[in-house]
Amino acid sequence: MTESNDSLMIANVSRRRFLGGMAGASALVLAARWDMALASDDEKKYGAAGMPGGWVDDPNVFIQIDPDGAVTIVNHRSEMGQGIRTSLVMVAADELGADWDRVAVQQARADQDRYGNQNTDGSRSMRHWYDPMRRAAASARMMLEQAAANEWGVPASECEAGVHEVSHKASGRTLGFGELAEAARELDVPERSAIQLNPIDAHRYIGQEAGPVRGRDTNSIERPMAIDGEEIVEGSATFGADIQFDDMVFAVIARPPVLGAKVSSVDDSEARKVAGVEKVVTLDTNSEPAGFKPMGGVAVIASNTWSAMQGRDALRIDWDTDAAGDNARYNTDEYRKSLEEAAQSPGKVIRSSGDIGNALGNAEETLEAVYYMPHMAQAPMEPPVSVVRAKDGKAEAWAPVQHPRAAREGLAGVLGLDKEDVTVNVTLLGGGFGRKSKPDYILEAGLLAKETDGRPVKVQWSREDDVHHAYFHALSVDRLEGALDADGKATGWRHRTLSPSITSLFQEDPEHKGGFELGMGFNTMPFDIPAIQLENPEAASHARIGWFRSVYNLPHAFAIQSFAAEMAEAAGRDHRDYLLELLGPARQINPRDFGDKWNYDEDPSVYTIDIGRMRNVIEKVTAKADWGRDMPEGRGLGLAFHHSFQSYTAIVIDAEVGDDGSVTIHNADIAFDCGFQVNPERIRSQLEGACVMGIGIALHSEITFREGRVQENNFHQYNVPRMEHAPKQVRTHLVNNDPKLPMGGVGEPGLPPVAPAVCNAIHAATGKRIRQLPVADQLAG
Amino acid sequence: MTTLTINGTTHELDVPDDMPLLWAIRDIVQLTGTKFGCGMSLCGACTVHLDGEAIRSCTTTVGNAAGGEITTIEAMKEDPVGQKVQTAWLDLGVAQCGYCQAGQIMSATALLKQNTNPSDAEIQDAMNGNICRCGTYNRIQHAIHYAADAVQEDT
Repeated sequence: MTESNDSLMIANVSRRRFLGGMAGASALVLAARWDMALASDDEKKYGAAGMPGGWVDDPNVFIQIDPDGAVTIVNHRSEMGQGIRTSLVMVAADELGADWDRVAVQQARADQDRYGNQNTDGSRSMRHWYDPMRRAAASARMMLEQAAANEWGVPASECEAGVHEVSHKASGRTLGFGELAEAARELDVPERSAIQLNPIDAHRYIGQEAGPVRGRDTNSIERPMAIDGEEIVEGSATFGADIQFDDMVFAVIARPPVLGAKVSSVDDSEARKVAGVEKVVTLDTNSEPAGFKPMGGVAVIASNTWSAMQGRDALRIDWDTDAAGDNARYNTDEYRKSLEEAAQSPGKVIRSSGDIGNALGNAEETLEAVYYMPHMAQAPMEPPVSVVRAKDGKAEAWAPVQHPRAAREGLAGVLGLDKEDVTVNVTLLGGGFGRKSKPDYILEAGLLAKETDGRPVKVQWSREDDVHHAYFHALSVDRLEGALDADGKATGWRHRTLSPSITSLFQEDPEHKGGFELGMGFNTMPFDIPAIQLENPEAASHARIGWFRSVYNLPHAFAIQSFAAEMAEAAGRDHRDYLLELLGPARQINPRDFGDKWNYDEDPSVYTIDIGRMRNVIEKVTAKADWGRDMPEGRGLGLAFHHSFQSYTAIVIDAEVGDDGSVTIHNADIAFDCGFQVNPERIRSQLEGACVMGIGIALHSEITFREGRVQENNFHQYNVPRMEHAPKQVRTHLVNNDPKLPMGGVGEPGLPPVAPAVCNAIHAATGKRIRQLPVADQLAG
Repeated sequence: MTTLTINGTTHELDVPDDMPLLWAIRDIVQLTGTKFGCGMSLCGACTVHLDGEAIRSCTTTVGNAAGGEITTIEAMKEDPVGQKVQTAWLDLGVAQCGYCQAGQIMSATALLKQNTNPSDAEIQDAMNGNICRCGTYNRIQHAIHYAADAVQEDT
């Protein structure tokens, strides 16, 4: 096992230590996880089986059929816009044979023992749950068929489920699902080996771009299937922010302006005079590592949100920033310079093949570039919010959360309860993007629920709170050097990547990226170059660093895809042709051969690095975008691709740069290969959204720190894309919809290639190479 | 006591005049379709109609809204234009997470009430203040044209 992989395992174990509650971790859990970490590839579990809580395929857990025929399907993954409440239900409804009009979804509470893994991140929901949900629904269908067979006294093999009914062909008899429900419930669940899945081509919902409209003749207009669509457009969908109780109180918190700062004194006399303010509570600042722990500060509890906010404004707090140590001196300008300097020296070697020194030393031509990507905040439109009620030795929470188990176990920890006495209800999430994987904002409400005499308390974050106290996307510096021979062929590639690590949340800062961070497109870099050296010099963390949609794939793709374009230019070659040459012929590479032991937790013999699929998306997207055509003055096409979350994305951006330096994105063509597709319409919507977010990353979004304090406050300073920044047209090209291909992720893999494609387009339009994000006003003047 | 007329219903509220309308609607009247996103008129999630005009309820005080007709997303299914906008949103699958969409629909409906055939540029002008972090802008643009067609068919 490589050292880089150790960091990942330590992170996992440490995270469990925190989540296991303040009272200390279960030694057994720790030991079991260590065994897992040290297991050889033969013994390792992959996919859903390797996740905490694993998978469950018991129909009695996920599917309920009422005597009136109403089918309720439990969705245990968090819905944040990716459409999983619809897509997983499509899978179950289809395999069951249910009529979409009579299917409802029920959101599962946090209960991994019952439902299996619920941690909704890593673009894993469909790739981990397609099979278990199909099996659960197929089992339920077989139980209905058996119940009909028993009723008619015929062999089950003669009974077949159609749409919401079971029929006996020979006699023409039928019974509805509702009529069979009670008898079916009494039957044994079929052995897993006996489960008969419907053939793929028999599916009526899976794979459809649009589905029947609920409550209408299914032959009339069709629209995308969307479980929550009507509630959303009518304003009746329940997000975390929308939880209401008549006796609820409302809290906002003044958090330490610097991570780790403590309250040295607070004068709350003015705050208490604000009408509606009921209570002011000082919260302890937790020591580092920050984990998912509340940050501390001073909470104002009031009868409504506005009073609480006004009360907070009236607080006079002296902060002890010495308690924050180095964090209080964190300045991103200086930090960036220090990383750029460190990038000049060798770092921990992650992957090495060939003789890079020789390649660079004896090249016909060498080039070098340093790329920078800043901190960013996820900034979901629904800022962090939660409601917790603690009463009679039990607690109940309502929260928009990607990681329900962490919320439940964390609440048990802060409230001193067993997790069995803590109920976490998962609401719709008003966006997540990784922010809501960290339940600090729910644990805050847990702490305050001890102060409200059994009344539910809502903790509402303002946008300023969200921007100041995100778990930030890691700032990064990537330095690349390339060697070319006399024919322009690449002979050497050295990449040093420097970023603070997310693992610093859970342990003493390792100052190196963990295995899963390197595995996000760094050590899996696919180019076929004789000499490759990949290094990771040290970078310390001075803020809360966390997952942001597609995570470290962002800087890795930005640097690698920009530099490949720079090499093509140096070689005097067409970028697309050069990329294909760098990739080499179609072949499958085992990620273990690149030293990657993570592979998004998937089996490396099934989920390979497939160069053929990379070539295919590049060829497809460039054909669709009419790559190589003449462009008007000031306008250019930019190409980039990236492989992440087991899917393959290539994008061509058509950008125009105005005389004032403003960038207009005219078109985006995206080719995407995630293998088999369940809900193509939602796949397209994820790609469209990722494209817009990626344009924001390229052009606008940046978080900076001075003296440990975030300098941006709200959307006038932390810029995210608006309608004017969106492409005038986005065309998505889905390829390789093949049930034989292992499923890839969808929510994240559309994002990483967008920013480099934008910057490559800017270069094509203007000749100016962008190496520092965001572009902001770099093109002006 | 302040009197607010929301979706045709009169509410007597014991709140300070400087309370933003948003929090009166959400916390006091408990109509939660109108969302909080920024508190500074920067994102549009809180958009409602005041006497038919799209306004940001996070920076409009209760005192300034009193005496006017306030309309929120909850009334759109009874509104002939709002209804068409909602249908367009559904037919084109606009929403992802959906949190900002009430504000988007309120802005779009106000636009179509003033201009039944907006150009792309006019749509952008009217909608640029509504942020969608999921990035549904292209579908919003298409859905407004689609709803505009439906509105024109009616007139």
